[in-house]
Amino acid sequence: MSEQFKRPLPTSETRLSIDNNLSAGLSGGKPGAEGLADNLSAAGEISLGLESQSCPEPHSASSAKEVRSLVAGALADRTPSNPQSSPPDPIVRIRNLNLYYGSVHALVDITMDIPRHLVTALIGPSGCGKSTLLRCLNRMNDLIDGVRTTGVIELDGQNILDPSVDVIALRRKVGMVFQKPTPFPKTVYENIAYGLRLAGIRQRAVLDEIVQRSLCRAALWEEVKDRLHESALGLSGGQHQRLCIARAIAVQPEIILMDEPCSALDPRSTARIEDLIAELRGEYTIVIVTHNMQQAARVSDYTGFLYEGRLIEFGKTEQIFTAPKHPETEDYITGRFG
Amino acid sequence: MVWAAGAALALVLLVTLTALYVVFANGLVVFWPHPIEQISLADGSKLLGERREADTDPLTGRVRLKFYCANMEDMPPFRWIYEDEIVSRSRPPEVFKLDRVANLHYIGYLKEIRLPSRDAGQSDLSAKHTPLSPTDSIGPNIRRVQAELSEASLCGGLPLIPAASDAPITNSQASASQSEQLFWAIRWAKRWEEESVAPWRQKENDLARQLNDQIKYALIEARYQLQELLRSGRSETDPDCQTLAQQIEQLTEQEGRLKEQAHQLATQRAQLEAELRKNVAVFVDVHGREKLIPLVDIVRFSTPNSMSLWAKWRYYLAKWWELLSDQPREANQDGGIFPAILGTVLLVFLMAIVAFPLGVLAGVYLGEYARDNLLVRWVRVAVNNLAGIPSIVYGIFGLGFFIYLCGGTLDAWFYPARMDAREPVFGQPCILWAALTLGLLTLPVVIVSTEEALRQIPREIREGSYALGATKLQTLFRLLLPMASPGIMTGFILAMARAVGEVAPLMITGAVKSAPPPLSDQFPFIRLDRQFMHLGYHILDISCKSPNVEATKGLVYVTTLLLLAIVLVLTSTAIWLRNRMRKRYYVRAI
Repeated sequence: MSEQFKRPLPTSETRLSIDNNLSAGLSGGKPGAEGLADNLSAAGEISLGLESQSCPEPHSASSAKEVRSLVAGALADRTPSNPQSSPPDPIVRIRNLNLYYGSVHALVDITMDIPRHLVTALIGPSGCGKSTLLRCLNRMNDLIDGVRTTGVIELDGQNILDPSVDVIALRRKVGMVFQKPTPFPKTVYENIAYGLRLAGIRQRAVLDEIVQRSLCRAALWEEVKDRLHESALGLSGGQHQRLCIARAIAVQPEIILMDEPCSALDPRSTARIEDLIAELRGEYTIVIVTHNMQQAARVSDYTGFLYEGRLIEFGKTEQIFTAPKHPETEDYITGRFG
Repeated sequence: MVWAAGAALALVLLVTLTALYVVFANGLVVFWPHPIEQISLADGSKLLGERREADTDPLTGRVRLKFYCANMEDMPPFRWIYEDEIVSRSRPPEVFKLDRVANLHYIGYLKEIRLPSRDAGQSDLSAKHTPLSPTDSIGPNIRRVQAELSEASLCGGLPLIPAASDAPITNSQASASQSEQLFWAIRWAKRWEEESVAPWRQKENDLARQLNDQIKYALIEARYQLQELLRSGRSETDPDCQTLAQQIEQLTEQEGRLKEQAHQLATQRAQLEAELRKNVAVFVDVHGREKLIPLVDIVRFSTPNSMSLWAKWRYYLAKWWELLSDQPREANQDGGIFPAILGTVLLVFLMAIVAFPLGVLAGVYLGEYARDNLLVRWVRVAVNNLAGIPSIVYGIFGLGFFIYLCGGTLDAWFYPARMDAREPVFGQPCILWAALTLGLLTLPVVIVSTEEALRQIPREIREGSYALGATKLQTLFRLLLPMASPGIMTGFILAMARAVGEVAPLMITGAVKSAPPPLSDQFPFIRLDRQFMHLGYHILDISCKSPNVEATKGLVYVTTLLLLAIVLVLTSTAIWLRNRMRKRYYVRAI
């Protein structure tokens, strides 16, 4: 079956075995089940602690100035090329990444490692460059005129910013889920099969199997199994987003980028997506951008805090949320600005 | 403000509905058999005709009536009379109204039917007019027709019918038998024409085509070559020149022979026809004048005053069918408008084939690929302005660019002989250039609507597709074009509606008063180099350019009705398609 794929994908047998052995974890930082449990409990505590807080208030001009000077001070005594608490077995290595929108310097000297098969959250105030950084990972920024990047992003040892890289193959390896659910105006089945058909898979049996598996993985199968061949536009908002995740999973990527996947959803749908992220962890590397710090704390293993285009702090989620090394990180996560 | 807006809408609706009402009310009754009245006036004169309209004379205040009396070769077909001058009016049941091949209608009484050819005897007939091969089938056929006639108990000489005007027959049974006799006689005459005269005509046509296609252009070509050779300095004794001269001689001889043959054919056919035309129906009009009308000239007849409702309906539907399926007669005053309907539909389809792919491609480029710079903005403004150019300007452009430049070049390359014969193939107005001109005219609408439809698709859909590893092309074909299709279809509908109604550019680029449908029996079944008839142009022609504007009034309504119907059919098909696509690809504003 795998000869059909343009990119060598694991055969369905191995994939299924992965499914079965999910609890064992796969070359993650720590044994999957325990790590997951630890992480969840830690996240739960933190979220309990944060729940009483209201939404971060918009900061005044003077405080913004203060913050900026603080950041400048912090940056002065920090070497950007030295990633803090670098995770083991990184799948992506970002080195000295700079990005310019025309004359605007949107990302400044980002250096970080993204751990394999774990969840990495990117947090930070609006406009700090989280989404831009995320979109660098599958080169979606290429679609925007006037974007220029320097630096290196290594995925499996290959610099994906190199112009000779096959962007199509890269995007198949690095899937993406957007803030707004984007179901295509096709049937549920065709939505999932879209990426597969693009990859040249035509056998009905293969498509059927992958569609079902992807929908199961996205916890959507039970809800849509009777309406696979009806328009996907008839589903609810939360179902749309899970459909988009299933669609991303279907092409069996190594990394799934999620750009504020829950910001358009109600709390119940958000909870389901978060459960889903927890389930996918261990099998896929997930990078999630979120405005919701409780969410970052709940779902992620590692967290990076960006501010004004700079990666201020990057480390294990517990550490970032319990003992941030940089004062601005603390200010942000405790809601003092942002 | 609400009242003003509402009033404006009501006014628009009122005008539209009035226009529709006028077209429908007048168009639908044109073919219904109107009663024919016989009228005696105070001054002793009589008339026989259909009442058309009535009004009040503004000077005297008397009521005037307009009657259609037909018989246009004998008298003016329309007459106004004052109502108070009428002494008596009646509706004689035995009045006939004929549709004729020439001179439109005839209204009068049937006196007798003369069939000298048939009376000459069966055996004599088949021997005398031995038609062209295959001859064998014709004699028996004529006998069969005559057998049918005898079955209708008409054999053995038709009984003379007393002149109706002198002794009006009130018995409708007699009238029925009269029309029955006429029916069978006409049928017999038509069958005979079909079997004995039509093959001759066919042969004549074949010969003419052979003369034109094989001899004429070969001759021109040969003469042209000879001239070229002589001009290049070869002497007349040169072997090449001699061969050519010989060839020319042969061709000329052949041409003469064929022309002689054609002449003989024509003479013989004329003889046969003259023989056939001796079979006449004798009619008398209201003044007692006799009129001999060859049976083959009668297209259709009716007795409006004595027809049953069922017969009237049959007549009505037959007239509509004739309109839809037949060729026009008598300078478009009567008969069908099938060539015009076909011409219009073909033109729009040709236009669609040319303009829509081009427009969609251009719209895709502008919407998806073009960067937003000054040049592109200028192009966009230019495209938008193209839609506002008066259509006659497009017509002139089509004449200059398509017909003279493109057509002339094509002819120079592929048909030099026809150019020399001053008979251009593509260097003249024809359906191809008319369709291209119309295509140019509708292109901006398609481009703008395509671009607009593409722009309305949310950016997220595109990014969602790219993120799954789709190329730009794949995204375009699998997602964007299907999603934009309802909007593109809207553009098609607008373009098509405009194209169907457009007349001005067609007058210059290929629409003519009368032409056969631009079809052929060989692949590709459509003759792009032919001129064509067009419903819009037809309306102009019969309403303003007809030899008898008054007589074609009804046809104007009917043709307008048909044009509206075609627009309605085309656009409603497109709207149905669009709604289906919209249902399928509808995206909520997320």
